[in-house]
Amino acid sequence: MPKLRMTGRGLWITALIVPPLCFVALFIVYPIVSAFAYAFFDWQGLKRLDFVGLENFHTVLFVEPYRSWTLNAFKNNIIVFFALMVLQNGLGFILAYALWRELPGARFHRIAVFLPVVLSTIIVAYLFKLFYHPLFGVVNITLKGIGLGGLAQPWLGQSGTALWSIIAAQAWHMVGFPTLVFLAGMQRIPSEILDAVRMETESEWVKITKIVWPLVAPSATIVFTLLFVGAFNWFELPYIMGGLDGSPFGSTDVLGLYFYRTAFGNVSAGQQDFGLGSALAVLIFLFIAVIATVITMRLRAREIQI
Amino acid sequence: MSAAGSTYYDRKGLMGTLGRDGLLQIILIANTVLMLAPIVIMVFSAFKTTPQIFASPFGLPDITQIGNFVKIWTQTNFLRYLLNSFVVTGASMVLILTLGTMAAYAIGRYAFTGANFILMFFLAGLTLPLKLAIIPLFMLMRDLSILNNQLSLIFVYTAMGLPTTVFIMTGFIRTLPNELEDAARMDGASEARIMWSIMLPLVRPAMVIAGIQNVVPIWNDFFFPLVFIQNDDLKTLPQGLTTFMGEYTTDWGVLFSGLTLSAAPIILIYILLSRQFIAGMTSGAVK
Repeated sequence: MPKLRMTGRGLWITALIVPPLCFVALFIVYPIVSAFAYAFFDWQGLKRLDFVGLENFHTVLFVEPYRSWTLNAFKNNIIVFFALMVLQNGLGFILAYALWRELPGARFHRIAVFLPVVLSTIIVAYLFKLFYHPLFGVVNITLKGIGLGGLAQPWLGQSGTALWSIIAAQAWHMVGFPTLVFLAGMQRIPSEILDAVRMETESEWVKITKIVWPLVAPSATIVFTLLFVGAFNWFELPYIMGGLDGSPFGSTDVLGLYFYRTAFGNVSAGQQDFGLGSALAVLIFLFIAVIATVITMRLRAREIQI
Repeated sequence: MSAAGSTYYDRKGLMGTLGRDGLLQIILIANTVLMLAPIVIMVFSAFKTTPQIFASPFGLPDITQIGNFVKIWTQTNFLRYLLNSFVVTGASMVLILTLGTMAAYAIGRYAFTGANFILMFFLAGLTLPLKLAIIPLFMLMRDLSILNNQLSLIFVYTAMGLPTTVFIMTGFIRTLPNELEDAARMDGASEARIMWSIMLPLVRPAMVIAGIQNVVPIWNDFFFPLVFIQNDDLKTLPQGLTTFMGEYTTDWGVLFSGLTLSAAPIILIYILLSRQFIAGMTSGAVK
C-alpha cells in the first residue's frame, strides 16, 4: 500500500476516534481520577485549600459524628442489598421460571413485569410516597378494607418500617429487569439437556437446582453484580421518600445519600464539604470495585459453559 | 434469543402438570396485578378531585374530568420541563449515536495498532458509578462555565452513553461482511463514502438497540440535573417533578395528574415497542 494512502487512512481513523475519546476522557475518566485527588485536600466550599493527606479519610471513618453516620449508612446499605437480593432477584428468578414455560398469557405477563422498569425513579418514588400516606394512602386503606386495619401505620414516618417501605418500592420498580435477564438465560438452555434431565428425574426441584440454576449462572453473575453496584449507589428513592437527612432518625440513610449530603448538603448555608465528600466517594468506589470484582470472579468460576 | 429449546413442558412432574403450571400461572397473574395496580391507580386518580381520591381511591374515574390536567397545563412549568427533557435527551442521543458509531466503526472496521486498547478505554466506563465522581464533574462544569446550562447534562449523558454504544456497535460492525466494502474500494470510493453510503445503512439495527438502551436512563435521570441545574426554566421532567410535587402537596388530584403526565410518554412508547424496549434495555446484560 502506498505510504500516502496509509497516512490518509490514519487521519481518517483518527478523525473518527478522537471526538468520542475526548468525551469519555473529559467527562468520565478525568472526573473519576480527580475524585481520588480531591479527597486529599481540605476544602472550604468550592475553594481548595491545603493538602491534608489522609485526614479526610480518617475523619469519615473514625471521628464522631461522621463515624456513626458512615457506619449507619453502610449498615442500611447492607440491609438494602440483601433485601433486594431476595425480593428483586429472587422473585425475578421465580417469575422468569414461570414465564419460561410460556403458559397462556405469557407474552402479556412479560410486558407487564417490565413496564415499571421504564418509569422514571422519581415517578415511582412520589407514587409510592402517596401510597404510603398514613391517612389517605392506598396501602393503609387496603389494609383496613381487608380487615387488617391493625397493620395500618405511618410506613415512611417511623424508623422500623421506613427503609423496608422504600425497598419494597424499589423491588416493584426493578423486578422486571432480573426477570428478563434470567428468562433470556433460561431460553438459551439447549432442549437436549432438558430432555436428558426429564429422563433422569421427575422432581421439579432437582431440575431447578441442578440444571436450570447452574446453567443460568452467567445471567446470575450479571444481575448480582448490577444489583450490588446499584444498591451501593442507591440515591433517588431514599432521597425523595426518606428525605435528604435519611429520616426518620437516619433510618433511610444510605451511602449514596450520605455522600451527596456531605458533598452538596446545604449549598446555600455553605455546608458542603468537598474534601470529606470525595473521601467518602473514594471509599464507596473502592468498596464497590473490589467486591464487584470478587463477586464476578467467584460466580464466574461456578458457571457451566454450555 | 428464543431458539428451538425455548419452551419445555415437563409433563411428569411431582405435582402433576396441572398443579404445577396452575401454581406458576397464579404467580404470574398475581404479579401482573401487582405490577399494574399502582399504575392503574395513578391514572385513575389523575381524573379525580382530591376529595374523590380520599373517598374512593379504587373507584373508576370520570374521564371527562380533566380539571387537574388543565391546572397543570396552564398554571405550572410542566410543559417547559417536558420540552427541556426532549431537548436534552434528543441532543444527547444524536451525539451518542454519531460519536458512538464513529468510534465503533473505526475500531470494528479497521485493523490498527492500539485498537484494542482504545476499545478497552471505552469499556472501562461501562460499570463505573459516575455518580460518585459528581464533585469533580461539578467543578469541571463550573470551569467550563456550563453549570446551570443544558450543555452540562448533554455532555455527561453523551459520555455515559458512549461505552455501551461502542460496546454494542463494535460487536455488530465486526460481523458485517467485507465484500461490499472491498468492491467499493476497488471502484475508488473514499473511506468516508464507504462508511456513509454502504456501511451505515447496515448498522441501523445496532443503532436502534444502542439508542433504546440509552434513551430510557437519560430521559429518566434525576441526579445530574439535581446537581447541575438550578434555574427552574431549565429543569428536566424528573427534576421539575420535585418542584411540582412540592407546590401541590395537598392537591392529590393534581399530583397524580402530574405523575401520569410524566409517565405517559414512556409508557405509551413502551406499549407500542415493548419487544424492542426489552431487547434494548437488557441487551448489555444478556450477551
